Amino acid sequence: MKALTIEHLNKTYRNGFEALKDINLTVEEGDFFALLGPNGAGKSTTISILTSLVTKSSGSVKIFDADLDSQTELAKSYIGLVPQEFNFNGFEQVKHILVTQAGYYGVPAKQAEPRADALLKQLGLWEKRHTASRSLSGGMKRRLMIARALVHNPRLLILDEPTAGVDIELRRSMWVFLREINQSGTTIILTTHYLEEAENLCRNIAIIDKGRIVENTDMKSLLNRLDKETFVLDLLEPLNDSSLLNGIAFHQVDAHTIEVELQRQEGLNDLFSELTKRGIKVGSMKNKVNRLEELFLTLVERPETVE
Amino acid sequence: MNHRRQLRWIAFSTIVTREVRRFLRIWAQTLLPPAITMTLYFIIFGNLIGSRIGEMDGFSYMEYIAPGIIMMAIINNAYSNVASSFFSAKFQNHIEELMVSPVPNYIILAGYVVGGVARGLCVGLIVTLVSLIFTKISIQHIGITISMVILSAIMFALGGFINALYARSFDEISIIPTFVLTPLTYLGGVFYSISLLPEFWQNVSLLNPVLYMVNAFRYGLLGVSDIPVAAAFAIILLFITALTAYALYLLHKGTGLRN
Repeated sequence: MKALTIEHLNKTYRNGFEALKDINLTVEEGDFFALLGPNGAGKSTTISILTSLVTKSSGSVKIFDADLDSQTELAKSYIGLVPQEFNFNGFEQVKHILVTQAGYYGVPAKQAEPRADALLKQLGLWEKRHTASRSLSGGMKRRLMIARALVHNPRLLILDEPTAGVDIELRRSMWVFLREINQSGTTIILTTHYLEEAENLCRNIAIIDKGRIVENTDMKSLLNRLDKETFVLDLLEPLNDSSLLNGIAFHQVDAHTIEVELQRQEGLNDLFSELTKRGIKVGSMKNKVNRLEELFLTLVERPETVE
Repeated sequence: MNHRRQLRWIAFSTIVTREVRRFLRIWAQTLLPPAITMTLYFIIFGNLIGSRIGEMDGFSYMEYIAPGIIMMAIINNAYSNVASSFFSAKFQNHIEELMVSPVPNYIILAGYVVGGVARGLCVGLIVTLVSLIFTKISIQHIGITISMVILSAIMFALGGFINALYARSFDEISIIPTFVLTPLTYLGGVFYSISLLPEFWQNVSLLNPVLYMVNAFRYGLLGVSDIPVAAAFAIILLFITALTAYALYLLHKGTGLRN
């Protein structure tokens, strides 16, 4: 079953700005799907239309086959949203926020309370359950938004940059949590500016640019399209004579660091054999930029878009 | 009760519970000020000035103004509860919690309106208890009294909701209470009988909906009114119908909420 079907979706704002131009997109049930794009590309408009925060100009949206126009209540009941900006009542207590949100979805307080308690414990907010939400730290507020989106057990969880401004430790723990949620059967759509996050978590991906889908495929196929990669090598001994690397496409950053560009058909083994032959010892190696980031930049910079 | 109705009932009671919890949490801003203001009205207008005015329609001035003062407190608070709560939800963006959820527009409207009515009734009860310190209150027509209180609170809660939908700043939710609601209330026969006015101003007063509420409520308590009570019910029901339809239309269009 399709968790999400978007057909010919258009949005033109009152000022004439065309935010979405004939978007077509499907997300399978159980998927962990990335919706990526530069700022202003149309990601948030798409999500706002899915969640009824923005009215579309034309097109259709179905959530688990329920049409957002004709079966509005049913379609909306499937969705849990983690928005980009904090949007809870700062004066309300953390647990009240969750129980109230569950009530909007028809979950009675008696059922909502144990669910809220479980989520607060899972997300490390249990100690803060009676605290007004405005007193939480930024990371706690992010976790509270995730708990709020999950309290009615949605089939489709939409996360709009859920880890923006979150420290690395918390981000990693949120990844683990989201993976578990996905494995338990919840379909997840994620927008993020951290492409490493999308590469790590998502199986399928759509890239949106200037209101159009420029790529919609599975993560593996997309990454396979990367025809070259740049690696940063940390050398154990300083490289004082760069002629030692003649014949290798490289750029010396400093005495101990070089960047080497490899074509897809070239193996890392060949490079290392060559370096060993020339007496150059490598201490460590990493990708210069995330692989998805390299592709992303190529795709969104194209002058002509691909449907 | 079928499943969908049950879900809607839970959503409705959730909104009402949240609204009641809100005005009880900030009782010092919502419940205490009307009690103090109305006490001052009773002391100044009822006791100090009222003793020199003498009787009105066969009642002491204090007895005569008590229904109007209670009604004034009810409608002001029903209005401001919905206006400030809904606008705050817009301002802090947590209205999105409701907009994203499957709660139909009429349930959102009903939840906020009942929240406003609940505050109106709480304040009405407090002011009634305060007024009992100064004067005696007897109820002549209990059905008319209760229904007029509830209908008036509903009407003004709807007004507060529409105001909050249009408002873009906190200033804009105080403009209507200051420049429309207060003059209508003061000129709505709270402190006087319109029979004291020249004929022209009596006719002008008949255009003021608050006059009908105050007088019908006064009829319920004291048994006297400047206007026919049936006309008061008809006019208020008409206003409620029109305001409900307009509020639902604005919600459907997403005025002040959706781009």
